[in-house]
Amino acid sequence: MTTASIPVANRRRRQPTKLRRAVRRNLTAYGFLCGALICFAFFSWYPMVRQVILSFQKTNFVDAPEWVGLKNFRTVFSDPAFAPAWINTAMFTLLALLCGYAIPFVTAIVLNELRHARAYLRFVVYLPVMLPPAVGVLLFQWFYNPDYGLFNQILSFFHLPGLQWLNSTSTALISLVIVSTWMNMGSGTLIYLAALQTIPSELYEAAELDGAGLFKRIRHITIPQTKLILLVMLLLQIVATMQVFIEPYLLTGGGPENSTVTVVYLMYQYAFNFGSLNAGNALGLMLMLVLMVFSAIYLRISRDNTV
Amino acid sequence: MKPRNLSIVLAAGLALAAAGCGSSSSDGGDAGKSAAPSANPNAPVSISVNCEPPKTNKAERATFEEDVAGFQKLYPNITISKVTDAFPCYDPKTFEPKLASGDLETVFYVNFPNVGRLIESGQAADISSYVNELKTYPDYNSSLDLFKKDGKVYGLPTDGYGMGLVYNKEVFTKAGLDPNSPPKTWAEVQAAAKKIAALGPGYVGYGEYSGGNTGGWHFTASIYGRGGSVISDDGKKAAFNTPEGKAVLQNLQQMRWTDNSMGSQLYIEWPALMKAMAGGKMGMMLGAPDVLISLRNDFGGKFENYAVTAQPEAKALLNGGAGYMINPKATPDQIRAGLKWIEYKFLTPGKGQLDYVRAKSQNLTVGQPYPDLYGADTASGKAVTDLRAANANIDAAQFAGWVEGSKGITPKPEPGPYAQEIYAILDTPMSAVLTRKDANVDQLLSDAEAKVNSMLASKS
Repeated sequence: MTTASIPVANRRRRQPTKLRRAVRRNLTAYGFLCGALICFAFFSWYPMVRQVILSFQKTNFVDAPEWVGLKNFRTVFSDPAFAPAWINTAMFTLLALLCGYAIPFVTAIVLNELRHARAYLRFVVYLPVMLPPAVGVLLFQWFYNPDYGLFNQILSFFHLPGLQWLNSTSTALISLVIVSTWMNMGSGTLIYLAALQTIPSELYEAAELDGAGLFKRIRHITIPQTKLILLVMLLLQIVATMQVFIEPYLLTGGGPENSTVTVVYLMYQYAFNFGSLNAGNALGLMLMLVLMVFSAIYLRISRDNTV
Repeated sequence: MKPRNLSIVLAAGLALAAAGCGSSSSDGGDAGKSAAPSANPNAPVSISVNCEPPKTNKAERATFEEDVAGFQKLYPNITISKVTDAFPCYDPKTFEPKLASGDLETVFYVNFPNVGRLIESGQAADISSYVNELKTYPDYNSSLDLFKKDGKVYGLPTDGYGMGLVYNKEVFTKAGLDPNSPPKTWAEVQAAAKKIAALGPGYVGYGEYSGGNTGGWHFTASIYGRGGSVISDDGKKAAFNTPEGKAVLQNLQQMRWTDNSMGSQLYIEWPALMKAMAGGKMGMMLGAPDVLISLRNDFGGKFENYAVTAQPEAKALLNGGAGYMINPKATPDQIRAGLKWIEYKFLTPGKGQLDYVRAKSQNLTVGQPYPDLYGADTASGKAVTDLRAANANIDAAQFAGWVEGSKGITPKPEPGPYAQEIYAILDTPMSAVLTRKDANVDQLLSDAEAKVNSMLASKS
């Protein structure tokens, strides 16, 4: 039977059947997509929208909220801790990149070159990531104790003067960077290690035949071959380190003398200690806008390298 | 189950869960559930309460549950439908989400530093019309003032005490000091701290907070003691850049850097100094009488080693403590029922927390000179004092210095509704003098003053 001979009514009936078949074929995908969408909608997008709304309102969650324009932003701007919070956050990000970016990469290269105990060392490097963050941070509180802490004991062993670590405005921030690097380097190392293992070994063999030493091999093969992952990790790390909170919250309380107060710590203070959730949201919105710039760059890089 | 069916179930489940989340804000807790306001005090009403002691504290939890049962028996029309035991009882991280979602208990606990802010932001019910129904209300001492604003009452204190000087008697003895004659002046504190620090590594003569808003809190206690203030009477200006404020910082600076009697560890957040004190190598700290019980119950300190005496040279004492407020969404019937619960559980001599016969039989500490809620000459005040003395099971001598030395000293409340913001700013000078030998006290006070003035101006 040819198509032309099928009655018109029957043809009409067949079209929805096709659609139904297509829907049925993709039903599983739609189901899972629906779940993800609901999760994102309720736990990410809705809170973000609420955050934007709350940052322009004054509310006590009892009476109807009042629109106050930019008042919450003005409150945050006039806070004496506002400028130190941004400066400290920027400094922390910079220092965390210097330490937290280079150390995992170098560790990954070393692990990649090892012939023995590689699995064991990988586990050791990743171990701090498995510790609950609060436990890791509080462990360092003991290490940093100026009187009986591990670090000053080590310095003393080498006849070096002890440091005040968290107790001094000049060393408190870098002390937090050390904690952060130690706690997070495991994940970075594993990602770099995975990237290193995708580099064809022929490239290294050819370079060795040409007489290239270790540093030349790293410079001309390793870094160019892992450029994309390095760039992506850089941006992700900027986004993550700018949200530093747990280290100042648990170790220094933003002190001494505001030297470790960060943007997210200040947000916490507003929302939960100062009873001004609206001002906390205004500060959060500012941080979100800054992080969106880095996220946009990240998305752009990911897209350019996917297409 | 096939993957397709699984995905459908998953999606449906999430949708239902999400719908549940969405509706929670309109559900509310017990507050708002009851019928319209009723003039009948015997109308059926349901309330929720918080601050049940945790399961780990079996004895106090048992007394709490006994009180819940006893209360409902006494008032058959009142149902306590929900009791929560989240710790800490007042958690600023969950307070507003619970209030927004309707999950905040009808009767909720609040510590003194947060009282002013909750009143200012309208997050506590006005209970002025109901408080006169409470028998013990007229007997309250000045601790009630903190819960009042513009002639209205927004809550009731259930625990109260003035600041003092907590010290370790064992450490005093080791240092050759007389534990029965603790320091009465700051010069004596300095001298004692030097002797204690000289005992060797790890010994700290005098411990002090410097961060997490606790530095500002203790600065406030110290400046009050010296006769100063933190904010002006109208609450619009900073008032601590004075000789009294300067003396507080200079005293600490001298002990830390000249005498080297404060150790080099910074104490951030309330538990830090408590842990150090319980550790047995710290000589003295500012603290109220409740610190002794907390050192014993929560930090494993040897109770018999500690004592509390009056704050040195004190002209006024920072009033510490806690109380209860009522959910602003509560109906009049719920407010009335909630106040009856507070009265039964916390305010009636011989009942609830003031049932010292029961406390003694359950081996809970009896004899500590708090809660200090009622005027000494009132019927309630006398009843509490007599009951406490008759059932004391701890050495009253450990508190005697504080009791005697604090008599007649004016209690002073937290510095207004923005106390926490002020404390955060005052953390800076406190941490500065404890971390920098060359810290300029005048400059620190001047900077902090400008910051507090700016903050207060932005609130008005």
